[in-house]
Amino acid sequence: MSAHVTVTAQSEDVLPATDYTQATPPAPVRRRRARAVAVLTPLGSLGVAVGIWYAVSYLLLSPARRFLVPPPQQVLTVSFLDWTHLQPMLQALWLTAQVALVGLLIASALGVTMAVLMSRARWLERSLYPYAVILQTVPILAIVPLIGLWFGFGFTSRVVVCVLIALFPMIANTLFGIQSVDRTHHDLFTLQRASRWARLRKLELPAALPSVFTGLRTSSGLSVIGAIVGDMFFKQGEPGIGTLLDVYRSRLQSEDLFAAIILASFFGVAVFAVFTLVARLAVGSWHASADRP
Amino acid sequence: MFILSTFLTVALKGADVPTTAEATLEATLRFEGVDKHFDNGTTALTGVELSIAPGEFVAVVGPSGCGKSTLLRLASGLDTATGGTVHAPADSVGYVFQDPTLLPWRTVLANVELPAELAGTPKAERRDRALDALRLVGLEGFEKQLPGQLSGGMRMRVSLARALMTRPSLFLFDEPFGALDEMTRLRMQEELQRIYAETGFSALFITHSVTEAAFLAGRVVVMSARPGRITASFEVPFAHPRPAELRYDPDFGRIAGEVSAALRGGFQ
Repeated sequence: MSAHVTVTAQSEDVLPATDYTQATPPAPVRRRRARAVAVLTPLGSLGVAVGIWYAVSYLLLSPARRFLVPPPQQVLTVSFLDWTHLQPMLQALWLTAQVALVGLLIASALGVTMAVLMSRARWLERSLYPYAVILQTVPILAIVPLIGLWFGFGFTSRVVVCVLIALFPMIANTLFGIQSVDRTHHDLFTLQRASRWARLRKLELPAALPSVFTGLRTSSGLSVIGAIVGDMFFKQGEPGIGTLLDVYRSRLQSEDLFAAIILASFFGVAVFAVFTLVARLAVGSWHASADRP
Repeated sequence: MFILSTFLTVALKGADVPTTAEATLEATLRFEGVDKHFDNGTTALTGVELSIAPGEFVAVVGPSGCGKSTLLRLASGLDTATGGTVHAPADSVGYVFQDPTLLPWRTVLANVELPAELAGTPKAERRDRALDALRLVGLEGFEKQLPGQLSGGMRMRVSLARALMTRPSLFLFDEPFGALDEMTRLRMQEELQRIYAETGFSALFITHSVTEAAFLAGRVVVMSARPGRITASFEVPFAHPRPAELRYDPDFGRIAGEVSAALRGGFQ
């Protein structure tokens, strides 16, 4: 018994000085390490991806078929570093961005309005929501010919594709947000005999805002896809990035094709990041969902 | 409404204002044989008889699910009785919910201002009143904070300030301190009865804590399990403001014991 006690006393004397410091370094060091990990891990995976890209180009493909996956440095020199190649791509991307933005604005305004209307009356929701769902399930490519016939083969039709593809998440998320307002919050407004307008403006819409932003982030990504799809089918007027993708494909300009794909992807990521930031600025102070990407 | 409540306050505090018979005899809130059945077949209340005089603080204790909260929903007009009559003040009542029910995107001040804002009170006036209410609950200096930055006890204070804001003649409390920790809960009870002593409103306070009911109220009413009806009523004849030590007073303990016994009887 007494021997046991001595042993624990000794180990207590020795252990803390060595073990504890190793286990938990001071907070600033831990934070710096966490930040380094957060930056280095994605960079590492990027390195691996580029490595695989090289391996496919040089090891898997014979020189005759290398145009299918041109190696990274070739994409860089032929397309990104050559202004005569890059300039038309950027110009096309700018046009696509405009289409996506206009489409997103219309989809947002329309989506929020429809959701508010549906939340006003049960019969409106019952009669409109099924069509919103159908809109989501109809393959957009199936109605592309019809859109072309109705709206022509230029800017307007590209925007229409964006609106059709981006509308549903706006409606669904806004409606969900309005309908999940706390019952006691409604009681609070009922007690003050608040008008329907005051209830909408001061309770339902602000409470729905985090959901609206969730919808906006989803819709912004969809709108970019819609704009690129629209470019591919409606080629009248100035070319968008989707138009160029199709041109590069038909001319077997694979370096340009890769560069255009990378640009379009970066654009999609940038749009998503912008709307995440906007959401954080708008509701981040009181709603935790804005912190998650 | 404001004039009425001011008048009542003054009258109750014994200032030398001539009290008219109507003002003293007319109950602020009266339930006459009130029944409440819900569509799903449950009967929440049967034959409830309860009257609250101006300036009276009545607490209701009862087992959970006995229809205590229904009593408040009927008194506030959020719900209607299926039988009997409820005489409630025509003006808005001060309702303090179980949760603070603050709007998380509004600052403390904007939350407190909300009822007056919805009633269309001019901005300057509602700002003054909100600041007064916040001072009364001891939250000066927290006006610009968002509810998410406050502790549970402070959020409940904001909720209390918001109810005080409308200067109602009747307050309805739905177990407001139930979710707070013991220390905060006791402090909030003391604060509330200090505010009651200062402003002299009428109150219907729902709780499942016998000591909370006895400490706050001038009269404690016991309800039976569902279907809820009133089974006993006890006077708690200590003057307000009551010191915190009252809870350890033998006479207080005896009353609390009687209420407890009546509550246990209701379970059989």
